[in-house]
Amino acid sequence: MAILTLTINGEHVSGKDDESLLAIAEQHGIRIPTLCHLDGLSDVGACRLCLVEIEGTPRLFPACTTKPREGMVVSTDTERLRKYRRMIIEFLASEGNHQCAVCVVNNHCELQNMAYETALTHVSVPYLYPKKELDASHENFIIDRNRCILCTRCVRVCHEVEGAHTWDIAGRGIDCEIISDLNQPWGTSESCTSCGKCVLVCPTGALIEKGEAVSEMEKKTDFLRYIVTARQKREWVNLDSDEE
Amino acid sequence: MSKTITISPVTRIEGHAKITIQLDERGNVTDARFHVNEFRGFEKFCEGRLMWEMGGITSRICGICPTSHLITSAKAGDDILAVTIPETAEKLRRLITLAQWIQSHALSFFHLSSPDFLLGFDSDPATRNIFGLITKDREFARRGIRLRKFGQEIIEVLGSRKIHTPWAVAGGVREPFDAAKRDHLLALIPEAKETALLALKTLKSIHQEFAADIPNFGSFRSMFVGLVAPDGALEYYDGTIRVMDGSGNIIADKIDIHRYDDYIGEASESWSYLKFPYYKPLGYQKGMFRVGPLARVNICDYIDTPLAEAERKVFKAMAGNAEAVNNSFYYHYARLIEILFAVEKAEMLLHDPAMLGTNIRARAMINRRLGIGASEAPRGILFHRYEVDENGVLEKVNLIIATAQNNLAMNRTVRQLAIQYMDGNKITEGILNRIEAGIRCYDPCLSCSTHASGRMPLHVQLLDCEGTVVSELRR
Repeated sequence: MAILTLTINGEHVSGKDDESLLAIAEQHGIRIPTLCHLDGLSDVGACRLCLVEIEGTPRLFPACTTKPREGMVVSTDTERLRKYRRMIIEFLASEGNHQCAVCVVNNHCELQNMAYETALTHVSVPYLYPKKELDASHENFIIDRNRCILCTRCVRVCHEVEGAHTWDIAGRGIDCEIISDLNQPWGTSESCTSCGKCVLVCPTGALIEKGEAVSEMEKKTDFLRYIVTARQKREWVNLDSDEE
Repeated sequence: MSKTITISPVTRIEGHAKITIQLDERGNVTDARFHVNEFRGFEKFCEGRLMWEMGGITSRICGICPTSHLITSAKAGDDILAVTIPETAEKLRRLITLAQWIQSHALSFFHLSSPDFLLGFDSDPATRNIFGLITKDREFARRGIRLRKFGQEIIEVLGSRKIHTPWAVAGGVREPFDAAKRDHLLALIPEAKETALLALKTLKSIHQEFAADIPNFGSFRSMFVGLVAPDGALEYYDGTIRVMDGSGNIIADKIDIHRYDDYIGEASESWSYLKFPYYKPLGYQKGMFRVGPLARVNICDYIDTPLAEAERKVFKAMAGNAEAVNNSFYYHYARLIEILFAVEKAEMLLHDPAMLGTNIRARAMINRRLGIGASEAPRGILFHRYEVDENGVLEKVNLIIATAQNNLAMNRTVRQLAIQYMDGNKITEGILNRIEAGIRCYDPCLSCSTHASGRMPLHVQLLDCEGTVVSELRR
């Protein structure tokens, strides 16, 4: 492991060579918008919201999966990036069936918050209104694929933290969707332990608890830091304090 | 050559509609129809959604009475969960239902209808509205606006927002009440009561002034349908269905709301998106009935608040002892009696210690595949009927809205007014407005009743016997 120095938004920063640009930026108080990233889970660069500019190349790089290099000059908040971030949220909004006003996580939704943050005032492309399946067969939980943005947090938390690997992705392109076990009703899944981690990490109202009404559900992801720290460092952190 | 006159859009109602008047060769009215030309399709697109979401979804049908949909949906949800909700939750739901009546009724009377009465049917349409009213009688208008605000304030205090609160849920309510909120609302009661009494006094003076017009405003016998409490008192949240005929005879009583389908059928006509509910035992057309304030005050045995009960007796005396009050103009009167009742009843509830309980929600999963909820929305009895699968996903939805139940009667009223006031092929502003005012008696909410959206203007067409538009008037 080596310590590298680089520039982010004109500020000289240093970071480890095995960390992501996103992690280094965060350590220096530079916030980069994300949807699929969650501390404690591996990064997959699915949502593309954390795209950054790197001097010397016209390509954009997802900060969550890009490693630093010595002398790298990175910009995280340019007009071009803001435009693309708004466009990403706009496409997500048009691609699913997102009706905030009647959603269980209204006012507690990361997608909705990101729409506010990127100043998405309207959707300029046609809505696709896909016919997607809602599965309420699980005893405690529901998956409403209409609200899924394919961030894959549920897939990763189930595989990496719970170890059950109930969730997976089926299909290609616009037909991609989250499935349980061998594409069967969630309630019939043999691998699911009903732990509910997938529900808590889902950034939208796609995975919810049964019995909750409009805007009633608030997702809490703190448990992940507790479990991951316990597992990796054998330390059981106090979630009420900010100390790790 | 015969003609049809079309009034489109109909103004100062909640929704989108037009009226057509058919004339024969000699200019006599042969028919008149109230058309509702908007469609939204809630019953269909709710299929496949979750039972728990229905309060939120159905309350979006309307911005005037979302609370009525919320409460009725929550009650259908209670039925599916098969729970009896805690006493506190029921009383809190009752309070918000009364608040809904107050704000909606105040809107109907002060904002939409009183300009006709206080400025006159023949006054300039440009100022015959709430703003004209403010110019003419600032204090009266201000009091009306504040009365509506009082209703909205209760809704906000309970549900955290005035419109589209998601506060009531299957099993109860989400947030409890407290003493500080109670004291805040109690302090507003005296002014609300005073305004309700002032409105009644004003309306009664109008009854004399408009004595010549009133007999033409939907004066016909029909049945009246609504909920009454187990002891026959005026009911707004629960109770059983009572049916009264136009002569004041109770022809069906103590009908469990789960059996509404045995008594109320829904017919459709090709010329309107608004369905035509009818009383099944008598068949379509003969089964015309009215719901809402006129029906409720007619069918109840008494009102359990003193001032409103005294007023109900005066109301009933108008019909003679054995009769029901059959003139739709008196919807306004009944509506104001209900405002007074709602304010008095809200005061009684606010003094009830059970309102401050903290046990407000029963939790359960799907225990029944069918849930039916009914309550008295401001415009009349409202039914939500949900069929769900074993996981709570909706398979079938039926919503029977108060305004739709008045559809046959509204058409009858339009016909009566057209016959009375149409003179040859001429249509004047005063005639136009009287026909609209006939509709306004029912305070129709068309976005609810068709589950439809849109602006709210009036359009009248005059058609010849071949159906060609000869003349047209829009507002």
